[in-house]
Amino acid sequence: MTRDAHDPPQRATGAAESQAPASGQAETASSQRSFWGDASTHLDDWIAIEPDGTVVAYSGKVETGTGVRTALAQIVAEELDVPLDRVRLVMGDTGRAPDEGYTAGSMTVRMSGGQLRKAAAEARLALLERASEMLGVPREQLEAQNGVVSMRDAPEQSVSYGELQGGQPFARQISGTALVKPPQEYRVVGSSARRVDLVGKFTGAPSFVHDLRLPGMLHGRVVRARRPGARVLALDDSAVRDAQIIRLGNFIGVVAEREEQAIKAATQLQVTWEERTDLPPMENLYEWLRQQPTADHVVAASGDTENALRRAAKLVHAVYEQPFQAHASIGPSCAVADMQGDTLTVWASSGGVYPLRGALADLLDIPVERIHVIHMEGAGAYGQNGSEDVAADAALLARAVGRPVRVQWSRRDEFIGEPKAAAMVMEATAGLDDDGRIIAWRYDVWSPTHANRPRNALGLLAGSEVREQMPPPAAFIFGGARNAPTNYTLPNQRVMMHGIMNPPLRTSSMRTLGGAGNTFANESFMDELAYAAEMDPLAFRLRHLNDARGRDVLEAAAQTAGWGETLPAGEGRGIAFACYENDEAYVAMVAHVAVDEATGALRVKRMVVAHDCGLIVNPDGVRNQVEGNVIQALSRALKEEVRFDAGGQTTVDWESYPILTFSEVPEIEIVLINRPDEPSVGAGEPATVTVAAAVANAVYTATRARLRRVPFTPERVQAALAVR
Amino acid sequence: MPDQLTITVNGAPHVVQATADTPLLYVLRNELELNGPLFGCGQEQCGACTVLRGQEPVRSCMLPVGEIAGAQITTLEGLGTAEDIHPVQQAFIEEQAAQCGYCSPGLIVTTAALLWRRPHPTDEQIRAALDGNLCRCGSHARIVRAVRRADELMWGGDGQ
Repeated sequence: MTRDAHDPPQRATGAAESQAPASGQAETASSQRSFWGDASTHLDDWIAIEPDGTVVAYSGKVETGTGVRTALAQIVAEELDVPLDRVRLVMGDTGRAPDEGYTAGSMTVRMSGGQLRKAAAEARLALLERASEMLGVPREQLEAQNGVVSMRDAPEQSVSYGELQGGQPFARQISGTALVKPPQEYRVVGSSARRVDLVGKFTGAPSFVHDLRLPGMLHGRVVRARRPGARVLALDDSAVRDAQIIRLGNFIGVVAEREEQAIKAATQLQVTWEERTDLPPMENLYEWLRQQPTADHVVAASGDTENALRRAAKLVHAVYEQPFQAHASIGPSCAVADMQGDTLTVWASSGGVYPLRGALADLLDIPVERIHVIHMEGAGAYGQNGSEDVAADAALLARAVGRPVRVQWSRRDEFIGEPKAAAMVMEATAGLDDDGRIIAWRYDVWSPTHANRPRNALGLLAGSEVREQMPPPAAFIFGGARNAPTNYTLPNQRVMMHGIMNPPLRTSSMRTLGGAGNTFANESFMDELAYAAEMDPLAFRLRHLNDARGRDVLEAAAQTAGWGETLPAGEGRGIAFACYENDEAYVAMVAHVAVDEATGALRVKRMVVAHDCGLIVNPDGVRNQVEGNVIQALSRALKEEVRFDAGGQTTVDWESYPILTFSEVPEIEIVLINRPDEPSVGAGEPATVTVAAAVANAVYTATRARLRRVPFTPERVQAALAVR
Repeated sequence: MPDQLTITVNGAPHVVQATADTPLLYVLRNELELNGPLFGCGQEQCGACTVLRGQEPVRSCMLPVGEIAGAQITTLEGLGTAEDIHPVQQAFIEEQAAQCGYCSPGLIVTTAALLWRRPHPTDEQIRAALDGNLCRCGSHARIVRAVRRADELMWGGDGQ
C-alpha cells in the first residue's frame, strides 16, 4: 500500500483524529484542511541553510515528548546528507513554521516527515544544481556528503552547503520530482539516534513552557468551580493581599508579582458558584449513556447479518464498558502571554498553534495577524489536555494587566479542566456455525465525541466563562468508531456508531480516541467466541484473519511469549490483536497475569508485544513509544476512572486518580518487525489499544472470570469471580 | 512583604527574597531560576519537585523555605551539568530513559540518593525507592534500567 504522506485521509471513519460532522457524513475537504492545516509547497517554508552550513527544518508539528524532533531531524539529515547534529528543527510557531494543523493521531512522522523528506530531497537537488554552476561541472559528476558537494573523481573540488546557499532563499517550489533516497541506502534513518532534547532535560536546561521567564513577568492563577462554565453568584475578595483580581463575566483570575502570592490569592478569594446537581449517577452511567439522544451511522456493513444470526448454531452476546479517563499530565498545563499594544504573543504547549491562534482571535476579538503563538513543550499530553485552555487564561490576564503573565494551572485545575477521554459502551452479538466459524457479527458502540479541539472562543474554558454561556455541545462527534470494525474476515457484519451529544463531562482527544474501548470490546469478544467454539484463542483468531502482516504479529507475539506452555494455578496468558485504524500499524500482545482470588488483586507479570509500523525511522524511539503505550494503557485498564457526583467531578488529585507505579510495572518484551518497503506509520498509539483485552483475556484463562468493565480494580475482579 | 533569607543551594549560599512560609520550590524556580525542580501537584503526591536535603530526597512543593536554613539543598543542576555530567544523568542519557522528561529531574535526584545510600540495590529496592515518583509517559522500564546502569557507573559492575 502506498499513500501520499501529505494527503489527509479520506475515509469517513477510522481516519486519524479529525472532526467529522455529527451526522456521520464523510469529512469534508475543508474540515480536513482546518485539522491538518494547509501547508505551503514552497521550499523556503520548510528548509533553510545557514551560513555555517546548519540546516534549519521547519515543521508545523510539535514535540510532545515522543521524540519526533529527533525522528524528523533524522529524515532531513538523511535526505540532505548532513550529520544529524547539523540539523535544527523549528517546530510549531505561527511566525515561522508551516501550518500543519494539529499534532495528533500518530501522524507526525508520516505527514511532516513525508513532507520534510520531499523538501529535503528538493533542497539537495537545488544544492547540486547550484554547485554544478559554481564548479562548472555537470551535476552527474557531483556527490553530496557531510554537507559538502564535491566531484566524484576529484574530491578536492568541493563546495560546502553554507557556501552554496548560506542565508539565501532557495526561491523554488517543492516540485515532488526530486528523487528521495531508496530505503536500502538509509544510514541515519533506521538508526537509534539519541534524542536531541534529553541532555538538556536531564541537566536542568530550560525545556518546558513552565521554564519561560520574561522580564517584568507576573504570575497568574485562575479560580474555577468544579463544574466548568459555572455562574459566579458572589465574589468576596476581602482576604486577598498582594494580588490583582481580574473578573470577566464568570472568568476569574488573580495576578501577582510573585508566584506564591498568586497561589495564596487564588485560595483567599471566596467565590460562590451557582450549583447545579444534574449529572447522572455514576452507578448508572452506562445505562444513562445508552438512553441519550444519538446521531447514528453505519461504520461497516456486509452480507445479511440479521439473517445469519438467525441461522447460527450458537449465539454469543456481551456488553463492555469503558469509563471517562484523564490525560493526567504530570505537569499541569502552563502558558505565558504578553500583549503589547494590539499585538499578542502566546507561548503554549498546544498541539495546534494555528488553530489555537484562530480560537484566541475569536476570544479576544482581534485579527489572527495580531497573534503570534509559539509552541514550547509541556509535560506529555497524549491528546488535548489543558494546554489550549491555559493559553486562553494567560492571554486574558496579560491583556488585562498589560504585562507578560505566566499562568500555571494547579493539579486540581488540570484534573477538572482538561477534557476527558470519552466513556463508551460496546455491545456485541455474534453467531457461530457448527464448525465454530463466525458467520455473523453485530456491534454497536455508544460514545460522545473523542475530538473537540477548540475552533473558536467557546471551545476554550475561558471563552464560555467570559461570554457567560455554558460550553456548547461538540459541533462534531468523532473518534468513537475508531477500530470499531475489526480486521477479521467476517462474511456478515454490521457495525454501528451511536454518537452521544450531551456527555456529563467535556470530552476531547486522548491517545487512540475510541480505539482503546473498541479494541477492548472486540478482542475480549473474540476470546469469548473462541471459548464458545472450544478453540484456542490464538488459533481462533488466525482462522479468521487473512492479512499476512496481522498473522505475523500474532504468531511472533505468541511464540515469544511461550503461548501454550503450562503456567501455575492462578496464572494465565491472554492474547489480543489489532490493526490500528484498520490500516495503520499492526500490533499483537500477550499478557501474563497472576490473580489472587482471595483479594481480587491482579498482577501483570509480563507483556510481550509484536509491532509492525512499516519502515522504522528510529528503532529505539519506536521501542520507547511501545513501552510507553503498554504501561500507560495498563494503568488505564487496571486503575483509571474519572469520578463525579451530581454536582461535578470528584477526581481532583493523584489520590482520587491513582496511576501505575514503578512496583506495578511488568516486564515488557518487544518484537519489532521492520518493513522497509512499507510506509512508516505512527507508533505513538497502536500498542495502547490491545492492552486491556490482553489482560482481561489472561484473567479469564487464569480464573474463568470475564472482565467486561474497565478499570479492573480488585472489587471488579472479585465481582467477576463471584458470577463465573 | 518578602524577607531576606540565606539558603545554601548546590554548594553556594544565596540571599533570596521570600516569606518564610513560601514553599522552597518557588524560591528555587523563581529566585534562583533553576529548572530542575518542577511543579507537579503541590501536594507531595508526585515527586516532580524532588530535591535533596543533604543526601535525602525531599518534596520542595510544600516545604517552607524558612525550614531549610543551615541545610545543604541540591537540585538536578547541582548533580552535574552537560559538560560535567553526573553518572546518574549519564546513565539516563545512555538508556534514553524518558519520553516527555517532566518527571526526570525528580527521578534522577531520587536515584542519586538511593545509590549513595545503598549501592547495588535489587530491582525490588529500585522500584520501591522510585514508587513515590509518578511517570505518566510509561518510561518506567527504561528508568529502572538507567538506575542499574548508574549503579554500574558509580560502584562498578559487581552488583545484581
